Amino acid sequence: MNPYNYLYLSALLFTIGAVGVVVRRNAIVVFMCIELMLNAGNLSLVTFARINGNLQGQVFAFFTMVVAACEVVIGLAIIVAIYRSRRSASVDDASLLKR
Amino acid sequence: MATSSALVYLIALPLAGALILLLAGRRADKWGHLLATAMSGSAFVLGLIQLSQMLGRPTEQRGVGQKLFEWISVGSFNVEAGLLLDQLSICFVLLITGVGTLIHIYSISYMSHDRDRRRFFAFLNLFIAAMLLLVLGDSYLSLYVGWEGVGLASYLLIGFWNQKPEYATAAKKAFIMNRIGDVGLLFAIMIAFATLGTVSFAGIKENTESASTGTLTAIGIMLLLAAIGKSAQFPLQAWLGDAMAGPTPVSALIHAATMVTAGVYLITRSNFIFDAAPTAQLLVLIVGAITLLFGAVIGTAKDDIKKALAASTMSQIGYMMLGAGLGPVGYAFAIMHLITHGFFKAGMFLGAGSVMHGMDGEVNMRRFGGLRKFMPITFATFGLGYLAILGIPPFAGFYSKEGIIETAFNAGGIQGPIFGSVALIGAGITAFYMTRVMILTFTGIPRWDEKSHPHESPILMWLPMVILAIGSVSSGYLLSKGDALVNWLAPLFPSEYVHEAELFAPIVVKVLALTMVAIGVAIAFVKYSRTTVQSVAPEDVTLLTKIVRRDLLQDEFNEALFMRPGQVATATLLKIDEVVVDGAVRGVGKMALGSGTLLRKTQTGFVRSYAALMLIGALVLIAAIWVVVQ
Repeated sequence: MNPYNYLYLSALLFTIGAVGVVVRRNAIVVFMCIELMLNAGNLSLVTFARINGNLQGQVFAFFTMVVAACEVVIGLAIIVAIYRSRRSASVDDASLLKR
Repeated sequence: MATSSALVYLIALPLAGALILLLAGRRADKWGHLLATAMSGSAFVLGLIQLSQMLGRPTEQRGVGQKLFEWISVGSFNVEAGLLLDQLSICFVLLITGVGTLIHIYSISYMSHDRDRRRFFAFLNLFIAAMLLLVLGDSYLSLYVGWEGVGLASYLLIGFWNQKPEYATAAKKAFIMNRIGDVGLLFAIMIAFATLGTVSFAGIKENTESASTGTLTAIGIMLLLAAIGKSAQFPLQAWLGDAMAGPTPVSALIHAATMVTAGVYLITRSNFIFDAAPTAQLLVLIVGAITLLFGAVIGTAKDDIKKALAASTMSQIGYMMLGAGLGPVGYAFAIMHLITHGFFKAGMFLGAGSVMHGMDGEVNMRRFGGLRKFMPITFATFGLGYLAILGIPPFAGFYSKEGIIETAFNAGGIQGPIFGSVALIGAGITAFYMTRVMILTFTGIPRWDEKSHPHESPILMWLPMVILAIGSVSSGYLLSKGDALVNWLAPLFPSEYVHEAELFAPIVVKVLALTMVAIGVAIAFVKYSRTTVQSVAPEDVTLLTKIVRRDLLQDEFNEALFMRPGQVATATLLKIDEVVVDGAVRGVGKMALGSGTLLRKTQTGFVRSYAALMLIGALVLIAAIWVVVQ
């Protein structure tokens, strides 16, 4: 199978993730979309590894996963904390820094 | 020159008194006045000891010095803080501490009802210390410190009752007008340093021969400006009348006997400069002559007893300046008049204070009258001072003032007759206004309210008055007996002056002066003793009287010539500062603020808009890279 198809899929996933981040208000969904974008990136990296015939891209993907795991821990903690104090998971409600 | 390590204590004692009283605060209220008086008194005793030691030394070794510390040492410029006590300084030391101590004693009683008596005595001690530094300094720089110190003490004491706004204003007026003179002294010091490289009296004296006449004239004129400011001479005389806002002992000590005569000291001390700069010396003469008439004329129209005496002080210092401007022949007479004036004018001021004390603070002479019966001691002492200032023989003023008038007549050339006549006319006017003060205050029918109960002052007040009255009677005779003071001061001044042919014999001048005095007294008697004096100053008077009542328009003159243009200049500068300087500064701030306000609108606070912007930015970046790579 043509490895370039994985890149197209990756681009599609990234676009879906990016649009989701911009248009959705629910923090959980936004967070999931961010994960989608990260994984789209991972998919590209793995594909590039395959195309170029070396392991650099795959190794990079592992690093991205570790970073993503950390990000999930912190990000979810923040979302839960905001939800507890504001009874809302909407990202538009958390716009207090402007004032 | 011999040295003496005791000189510094003359200054240190009263200074310590001032510091203790100011730092101890209300704790010292009970004993503060006694300490201050003791400090002043011990300085007087130290002065007497110095005098006796000085008398024991041969003439050429009488001056003693004391090096205190190295003050300024920059490159070739070295100033040592040092003291110098010679035949001239000792006269001042004894006058300052002697009269000062008497006035301390007087003030114990005079200020006894004042809550701030301790502060008053602290300032008096501060004044004594500063004035002693002024006359004991051995360089113009040391003198300058004392000069500023007495200005400060004068300011603090004029404004002592500063809860009254007009008194505080009077203090500021005195201080500011003095500053103008102080600038002159500063310039003189600068010129002396720039051209002669030294600021000590001895150093400048050595260098006068090598210095150009122009330099010496410049220094002389600047010194004269300093003397004009401090001694209330024309045209910086306007502050002295208002300075009477201070308590009366202050008027007696600072604004009659000592501080205002500092200008005469400065000129006499700088004799080596003025003798080598005839133009500056002539200016001293002119200033003295104008002021002696100016002050005397103002004195004729004053109803406030203290202001009448202040005008008289101005006029008498004019005599001293005239004497000092006459050169080596006149210095000794200027100093002699300074000393005798210190006695009789301080005595009269204390008398005026005693009258005010008995009349509940009233100063308007039109509300006095017939006080002779109620205050016999005040009347007697004031009367002796009156006879002394008139120059009736054998009272003190006769020897000193007549000396100046005679010397003025013998000045030679056209100057002799002019300045001699001015001094003579001044003597006549002096006799008029002083007789007016005597008649209005002590004779005639009482013009005060029933509420007033005039009474003689307590012993602490009349004792100093009596001692000063004794000085008013005897000091002239003692100082001129066998030319005592002239010979005493002679080593300080050049002796080889050419004696001009005498215009008039001394006896003629004396007769002329006494005639003028008699005329003045007679006019005053006719005008005030024969007619009833109104208790309110009459309004339907000639324009001339009105002008004289307003101090010959000196305030109006200063306001029109200096104050208003100064205010306009200040307002303009303020406007420039506000528009240009502040405008630039505020403009920068406004610009930053404005651009911030505009840019702030891009910050919505919504996470999603930030994310969208990041996305757009990333896309634009990728597109740009793609375009470039292609």
